[in-house]
Amino acid sequence: MAITRADVEKVALLARLQLTDGELKMMTTDLSQIVTYVDLLAEVDTEGVEPMAHAVEVSNVFAEDEVRPSLPREQALANAPGRNERGYLVPPVLGG
Amino acid sequence: MSTPYTTIIGLEVHVQLATQSKLFCGCPAQFGAEPNTQTCPVCMGLPGSLPVMNRAAYELSLKTAVALHCEIPTFTKWDRKQYFYPDLPKGYQISQFDLPMSANGYMKISDDKGRFEPKKVGITRAHLEEDAGKSIHDEVTGKADSEIDLNRTGTPLLEIVSEPDMRSSAEARAYLQELKLLLTYIGVSDCNMQEGSLRVDANVNLHLETPVGHVATPIVEIKNMNSFRAVQQALDYEAKRQYRVWQETGQKLGDSPKQTRGWDDATGKTMAQRSKEESSDYRYFPDPDLVPVRTTAERVEEVRAALGELPADLRTRLTATHGLSAYDADVLVNQGPDIVKYFLLAAETSGDYKGACNWVTQDILRSVKEQDVAIDQFAVSALQLAALITAINDGQLPKPRAKEVFELMLVDRMDVAAAINTLGIEQVDESALVTLCQDLLRANPKIVADVQNGKHQAIGPLVGQAKKKNPNADPGRVREICLELVARGE
Repeated sequence: MAITRADVEKVALLARLQLTDGELKMMTTDLSQIVTYVDLLAEVDTEGVEPMAHAVEVSNVFAEDEVRPSLPREQALANAPGRNERGYLVPPVLGG
Repeated sequence: MSTPYTTIIGLEVHVQLATQSKLFCGCPAQFGAEPNTQTCPVCMGLPGSLPVMNRAAYELSLKTAVALHCEIPTFTKWDRKQYFYPDLPKGYQISQFDLPMSANGYMKISDDKGRFEPKKVGITRAHLEEDAGKSIHDEVTGKADSEIDLNRTGTPLLEIVSEPDMRSSAEARAYLQELKLLLTYIGVSDCNMQEGSLRVDANVNLHLETPVGHVATPIVEIKNMNSFRAVQQALDYEAKRQYRVWQETGQKLGDSPKQTRGWDDATGKTMAQRSKEESSDYRYFPDPDLVPVRTTAERVEEVRAALGELPADLRTRLTATHGLSAYDADVLVNQGPDIVKYFLLAAETSGDYKGACNWVTQDILRSVKEQDVAIDQFAVSALQLAALITAINDGQLPKPRAKEVFELMLVDRMDVAAAINTLGIEQVDESALVTLCQDLLRANPKIVADVQNGKHQAIGPLVGQAKKKNPNADPGRVREICLELVARGE
């Protein structure tokens, strides 16, 4: 399965990645190769094989509903690129 | 149908589940804390942190899904829904995509005023997901930075998606009221809309019969409705708007992408927001950090058995078994579980459902509202109300004086016996009443003459005088006896 330049442009937009013309070309080639390689799996006969929803054969792992201490606000906000005394500050997103 | 179109409505409701802690971490899920004081590496999406499913959140979801008559698959898993927004710190929301925990349920709705026929509204699915944080925007200029509060990030939400089965804003409102009532009865959410515990998005479009055949208008999703009343208004507005746009442009379903519009309470209009990204653009894939949940048919049956009486069942029991009118049953049940518990205790103890219903829906509800107290703090307990009803039914307390007794119980917190005593209420035997009436008639020959001439209402003043002479005299009985005596010429 070949990946087109348009595919890469769409995925880059969804991932909010800005790619140069050269990068777009390179990605189109690389991703095509990766997807073509994975396509090998299509040769396997999966008739009657139950689809796998998860990589590990474990289920029902729960935590009890108990409150545990949260981070102090100062610590929570410590790494924020922008902040005030209460919260994170981000560029305006109104109408976004 | 008075409109040239049919309105097709489906609703998406998000309810916050009543857990102590968040869905995937131990941070408190309570509303109202100082911003960013209820976060940890898991809900902030810091690298290396891992989510673990809150057992109570899953159990509450299961309970709700069963109450909504959903099918519960034995296997369910969680997926990542990727999109970028500043209040979504991980860059994805943990939600459910292709294998939700429940699907294909229904809820019945009806209208006590008969504005629409009772119907079943299909529930497409109900799935468990995490909430995002809160953005506080600069509403004035839109230019200052937005502030982000992550306290709400990761609180458990159940998304309940209905089929597009509703045909009017009144049906949509009834659906929301019944859903809220059901969720409150089974105690899975406080459903507080002001605090965001219950949020509604509506999908609406129109179907029209035209000379060229059946036509549907583009589907619009309405957001930002903060009350059931707002939902109803927004749907009414949107139906009219879509009809107008269709007349102007002739645009049909599929001609334009699905549009999202926000409801503005102040102007009473919906305003266009961004066009919705295609669902495949969320690039859902199974979350490798969470393991799936398996359940069994036996477990689902246990949950069903433990549900208790749901609002719809209770209405049926009150009308079918206890003789209440559909209207009365509806009014009572719609008051919510606390009032109903009070009513049921009073009704069961006194054995008089109709009497208990009258007291609760009239005097009790009014007094509770006036005093602004919770029913379990109310001066007259359910057992005291039962005693009051029993006193009336046993003839110890004449009905016309019951309100006075109730007042003393309410204001002075007396029990029924003390109140009856204080008021000096005692039964007046029939012969004493007859004597009283005879005396009154003898003293008022003019009234007797008027009554003989057919003016039965002339007897009124005598009833008043009788009450003055003996407060225990039953006015209705006094009237009857007087009229009878006059008729017999005594």
